[in-house]
Amino acid sequence: SSILHIAAVVVSGTSVVVYMYTWCLSSSIHISAVVVSMFSTIICGFLFLLVVKRLPEHVQVDDPAVVKRLAKKLERQQIPLRSDYGYKVSLFSHLHQYSRKAPLTQQLSIPSTVIHPSIVRLGLQYSQGIVAGSNARSVALLHAFKQVIRDYTTPPNEELSRDLVNKLKPYISFLNQCRPLSASMGNAIKYIKKEISNIPSQCKEEEAKTKLLTCIDRYIEEKIVLAAKAISKYAIEKISDGDVILVYGCSSLVNNILCEAFEKSRKFRVIVVDSRPRLEGREALRRLVQRGISCTYVLISALSYILPEVSKVFLGAHALLANGYVMSRVGTSQIALVARTFNVPVLVCCETYKFCEKVQTDSFVSNELDDPDDLMVTRKGKTQLENWQDVSSLGLLNLVYDVTPPDFVDLVITDLGMIPCTSVPVVLRVKNLDQ
Amino acid sequence: MELQAVLMAAGGGSRMMDLTYNTRKPLLPVGNKPLIWYPLNLLERVGFEEVIVITTKEVQKMISTDPKMKLDVKMKLDIVCIQEDADMGTADALRHIQQKIKTDILVVSCDLITDAALHEVVDLFRAHNATLSMLMSKAHEFTETVPGQKGKKKTGEQRDFVGVDGTGKRLLFMANEADLDKGLVIRKSIMRKLPRMHIKTGLVDAHLYCLKKSVVDFLADNKSVSSIRGELVPYLVRKQFSKSMTSPNVNDEADQKLKKKDGNANLEIQILSRDEVLLQLTRERSCWNDHRGDMSEAYHGVRLRCYVHIMDEGMCYRVNTLAAYIEANRLAPKLFDEPAVHPSAAISVRCLIGADSIIGASCQISDKASIKRSMIGASTTVREKVKVTNSIIMHGVTIEEGCNIQGSVICSNTVIGRGADIKYCLVGSAQRIEPEGEHTTLSECDWT
Repeated sequence: SSILHIAAVVVSGTSVVVYMYTWCLSSSIHISAVVVSMFSTIICGFLFLLVVKRLPEHVQVDDPAVVKRLAKKLERQQIPLRSDYGYKVSLFSHLHQYSRKAPLTQQLSIPSTVIHPSIVRLGLQYSQGIVAGSNARSVALLHAFKQVIRDYTTPPNEELSRDLVNKLKPYISFLNQCRPLSASMGNAIKYIKKEISNIPSQCKEEEAKTKLLTCIDRYIEEKIVLAAKAISKYAIEKISDGDVILVYGCSSLVNNILCEAFEKSRKFRVIVVDSRPRLEGREALRRLVQRGISCTYVLISALSYILPEVSKVFLGAHALLANGYVMSRVGTSQIALVARTFNVPVLVCCETYKFCEKVQTDSFVSNELDDPDDLMVTRKGKTQLENWQDVSSLGLLNLVYDVTPPDFVDLVITDLGMIPCTSVPVVLRVKNLDQ
Repeated sequence: MELQAVLMAAGGGSRMMDLTYNTRKPLLPVGNKPLIWYPLNLLERVGFEEVIVITTKEVQKMISTDPKMKLDVKMKLDIVCIQEDADMGTADALRHIQQKIKTDILVVSCDLITDAALHEVVDLFRAHNATLSMLMSKAHEFTETVPGQKGKKKTGEQRDFVGVDGTGKRLLFMANEADLDKGLVIRKSIMRKLPRMHIKTGLVDAHLYCLKKSVVDFLADNKSVSSIRGELVPYLVRKQFSKSMTSPNVNDEADQKLKKKDGNANLEIQILSRDEVLLQLTRERSCWNDHRGDMSEAYHGVRLRCYVHIMDEGMCYRVNTLAAYIEANRLAPKLFDEPAVHPSAAISVRCLIGADSIIGASCQISDKASIKRSMIGASTTVREKVKVTNSIIMHGVTIEEGCNIQGSVICSNTVIGRGADIKYCLVGSAQRIEPEGEHTTLSECDWT
């Protein structure tokens, strides 16, 4: 790919030179060829910077040079490298695929000295799926960072604002190895790094630490807890009596909205749609039924059967991309598509801290591959797919996310209000201005 | 710091008095290394840098002075001595060192020989924020004949009943046959929450426990608990499902006053950590549950959780009986890759040494000696035409010419006279076996 870039630059450079030369000739200005070539090399330099863009390494796993670079970086940070597992379907061979039975802690020492114990615990909880869901992951991450900051002491001749950020980098690589970071986690990390670097150098360590801890608490309170309350308030306006609401999987925000609406005595019933292999809908079903909401449970294959009964669809989101696409659990785009066919309104609920500057139009380029062994099912003591690795023409694919185009989404409910899907870049611009 | 290691080496070896009346249990040679070397090696391999060793003054003196008992471990050993006649249980020993304990602990017994992957036990402890996490293994039958025992083995110790949930990781029930007079009683509260329980009996407890620091503080307040395995672990397992352990959704004033009146210190208050609000928020937002089929949240809202990792394959022995000691001697050499024959041993050319025998340092093996499947301790002299099969010879032993030793254990500093024929015997320390004697299935020790 670098050869292509150089070729593009050379071609554009020569065309600039030719253009400049003809311009000089036509306007009869006698400028020496040396000056013309110098000028064109400068323009080539700028073009080079514009054209060359580094792709993130987690989508270039099939490129051995990138993998080697990642291994070297991890070795420098003293973090073990987690090896990929199993045969990857060719369309997704550029992504990592890990096995849950080979945790990263196998290669770490007990007790962990390089990585703070609360980060090791968090990584284990991520990779085993004990903490799942983008809100839960962000809160757990910030909680672990609070422990890290509490136990941190500035080494002599170092500044807290620079050293603490460097201390956090290996932890973030470790968490990335355990499970790829979510968009919400990425935004939370950016916020923390900014807060740490903004600490004035004359600030005492204790003061700086308490300031950081209160910042984290405020971030969680504002962006997650209060945002959920605001979103519930807007969403409840959209729920009327007699509604049949369809939800997919287990989104903490959507469950929150439905429970609040039920408490405000709205009369509605819920249809929970679920899909393998995660079967998260069972947990959503449990939470709703515990409150007393009457629910129906179907698998996603029965979607077109159940949709004629549905009046609204509420979906949660993992992230909202800059071009208006919604990144959510795999299966969400199907629900949005079929709902659009049946003319059922689709409402996506998402807090603003999950808005992301990435642009994606398909689910292939950047995604997450979960453990393929999760697709194996044991019924009556027999596991049919037990030896799937021995069959050379068989690959198991366990995708986690997919993207839904904005044409299928009617409304996005955020803590800033109810906006159309295409206003996401505006919100991002306003957010950047604030910061 | 995440975990502190504590090695319990003050036990007397009461079930193999024949061997331990002269040599203390932590110093018994297994594969020519002292028994205490094995758990220390395990901790070192896994990455510990410091260990607190609780032992008696005698053992400490021997560790530091005796050149034969050289412990080549690179970790820092913090040796704490307790009085030998104080009759302290393992929990009493933990109470004794309470000041040194600053974080969660990993308690290991000195007689554990295993190649288990410790990260499985510690991962359960970390991931589920458990209070107790322990290691167990499927028991293997001992195949070797035990010297000094006539006839069949006695009906062995009483069984342990261990109840685990469907995943095989959560510990629900633990009782020893001795404590159950009328039968196995399982409380209804457990059956209501976890209706499917697998009860296993053929398991060996490795005596390796990960305990939270709050448990050590609880021990300090409750002086009645004296043994970890006998009292503390069953208490913790029972307490998981007692009424006061569920999350405080019910803020009952009367209930709290009642708890304060209770004599036992409140374990649940000590389990609460800082930032409990954030942990609660995480649990609420996370879409994970460890069970399904009922309306309760993850872990049924139980704060105190006990986990167990049951090893299917791999080596796990507790050397607390003679049979276990012999079995361990057969298999322990697989754990370290030193040469079977020590370089300083003087072996004559015409002797026959089998591939699975171990010769210790400074030994002298003379001509026409035949050594098969045996362990020869350090500084032992084996004269001509001696046949040693399936035996364990400790250090400092002299075996005169023409002896035939089969399936026996000869303790240190003994002299076996010429031409003696010893089969399946256990000979104690510093004995003299007269020449041309024939001994079968005998246990000869001098109890002082």
